[in-house]
Amino acid sequence: MLTTQFLLLGAVLFCIGIYGVLARKNAVMVLMSIELILNSVNLNLLAFSVRNGSVDGNTFALYIIAIAAAEVGVGLAMVLLIYRNRRTIALDELSEMKG
Amino acid sequence: MSSSILARVPWQSPAIDYHAIAPEIVLAGGICLIILVDLFISESRKWITASLAGFVMLGALLPILTLAVSDSDVRTMFDGRYVVDEFALTLKALFLVAGYVVVLLSQNHVEEGDYYQGEYYTLLLTSVTGMVMMASSRDLVSIFVALEFLSIPAYMLAAWRKRDRKSNEAGVKYYLLGVFASAVMLYGMSLLYGVTGSTLLSEIGSRLTVEGQFGGVEALGITFVVIGFAFKVSAVPFHSWAPDTYEGAPIPVTAFLSVASKAAGFVALVTLVYVGFPRAQDVWQPFIWVLAAITMTFGNLLALRQSNIVRLLAYSSISQGGFILMPLAVAGTGDAAGPALQAVVVYLLVYAAMNLGMFAVVITVSRTTRSGEISSLGGLFSYAPALGVLMTIFLASLAGIPPLGGWIAKFGAFRAVLEAGSGWAYAIAVIGAVNSVVAFGYYGNIMREVWMKPAPHGETTTVRTPSSLVAALSITVVGTLLFGILPGTIMRFGDLVDLTGAFGG
Repeated sequence: MLTTQFLLLGAVLFCIGIYGVLARKNAVMVLMSIELILNSVNLNLLAFSVRNGSVDGNTFALYIIAIAAAEVGVGLAMVLLIYRNRRTIALDELSEMKG
Repeated sequence: MSSSILARVPWQSPAIDYHAIAPEIVLAGGICLIILVDLFISESRKWITASLAGFVMLGALLPILTLAVSDSDVRTMFDGRYVVDEFALTLKALFLVAGYVVVLLSQNHVEEGDYYQGEYYTLLLTSVTGMVMMASSRDLVSIFVALEFLSIPAYMLAAWRKRDRKSNEAGVKYYLLGVFASAVMLYGMSLLYGVTGSTLLSEIGSRLTVEGQFGGVEALGITFVVIGFAFKVSAVPFHSWAPDTYEGAPIPVTAFLSVASKAAGFVALVTLVYVGFPRAQDVWQPFIWVLAAITMTFGNLLALRQSNIVRLLAYSSISQGGFILMPLAVAGTGDAAGPALQAVVVYLLVYAAMNLGMFAVVITVSRTTRSGEISSLGGLFSYAPALGVLMTIFLASLAGIPPLGGWIAKFGAFRAVLEAGSGWAYAIAVIGAVNSVVAFGYYGNIMREVWMKPAPHGETTTVRTPSSLVAALSITVVGTLLFGILPGTIMRFGDLVDLTGAFGG
């Protein structure tokens, strides 16, 4: 059945996203990696929805798409805030507080 | 293929119980009202938005009271996806009262800091609405929507001081780790949906284990979902955002995050564990056990070496989170399920009262001292005796000294653990007992500053306490004392609590 390939693609995307979040230092690249994870979730849900023959997965995917858009809006606003105050968006330079 | 699925499902509009969702409707109406009012009032009268926000929180409490006294115990909507039972009502009341206290704490802080008042209270109310929804959610989709509903405004609140680099950092760290955690949690949810074919928690619960048979995909799904909420309740090792966010955010927001947001994470965790995976205890029990043990220990050890009071409270709230996780770690063993649920709810109620109270004292004192260092509290009792006594009460309660609320909470947690009676349960009880003693170290240190040290720089100006802070302090101190001296009042909340659909019942 074709769903296995979709699930495999989802798993690969998920792993790439996790790697990106952990390894990247640029805030926008981290945001993009998070988007990759969310899209892998959407692929998973759609594939499972077809396999299970229920619409719940499709509904869930729609909710995730809508809320991810809201999240990224807030995230980009925050990145902009950081850039205005510091002229850089490198995450490893965010170290005002320690301990 | 999907279109054929859609064609097979005829559309019926669901029956909506308007009484059951009245608190949410009041909150949603209040949010719109504040946005509108904020548009039309002049800059000097923006304080109206704060009062309105407070009234909306109290207004939403009214339907909760009428629901509590109404005849039908359990109201379900959307095929059991949204449930209003006693568990949900108790926690909704907790979120609304905590939200009200946070409004009281914010009033002077936001006004004097010249921040955007209308927007601040709109976001605060939105976040509380998400929490109120979370208490009723019994479905993966609604849990996810409620989680984002409460988190996204909280990210913005943490970064509220736009020009302050610390506040920016607090917001970004909270945002990135929060979104990452919810993405991982969603992947776990997608796997759970895949293996069970449903997003409804009670159906997942009944299909997840057939005669104890268990696959790797199920285990992975459960683990990912628990990780997502471990971030929310700042359990070690997923706590790295908490100290920085708590220190950088405005203090009232810190109070909100460490109490209400954390409680919402626990509510979701409890619902998932009890309704979603009741028979999968082989997966979540060891995982939560380890989380609870290292959360208590690391939170305490790191709290011991803090010199900033807010940072110390951040680590103290991490370690208190470990104590709340402790009964959950044995919830699937023996007869511990009921006592564990009761212990978690009671702990959340008491913790909200005493921790908000602690933050109220810190906010009041720092209005005069303008400092966050513990040494700035020196001699507090000599020049502001009332505040000194209040701080001692809250600290003693956090440390778990009888006859204060914190003691009852800890007692309930240990009782639930001992009820389980397995080797693992005794082990975590010992770890918890050792940690309660370690916690005296740093709480006692603050008490020594307050009572014995002289005031730094000989500064002994009287501390002026605005009326909103007086109200916040009285609510929290009455809660802390009442729960401790008359434990029957709060244990009754615990007794009433019964999760609909929990453990297949």
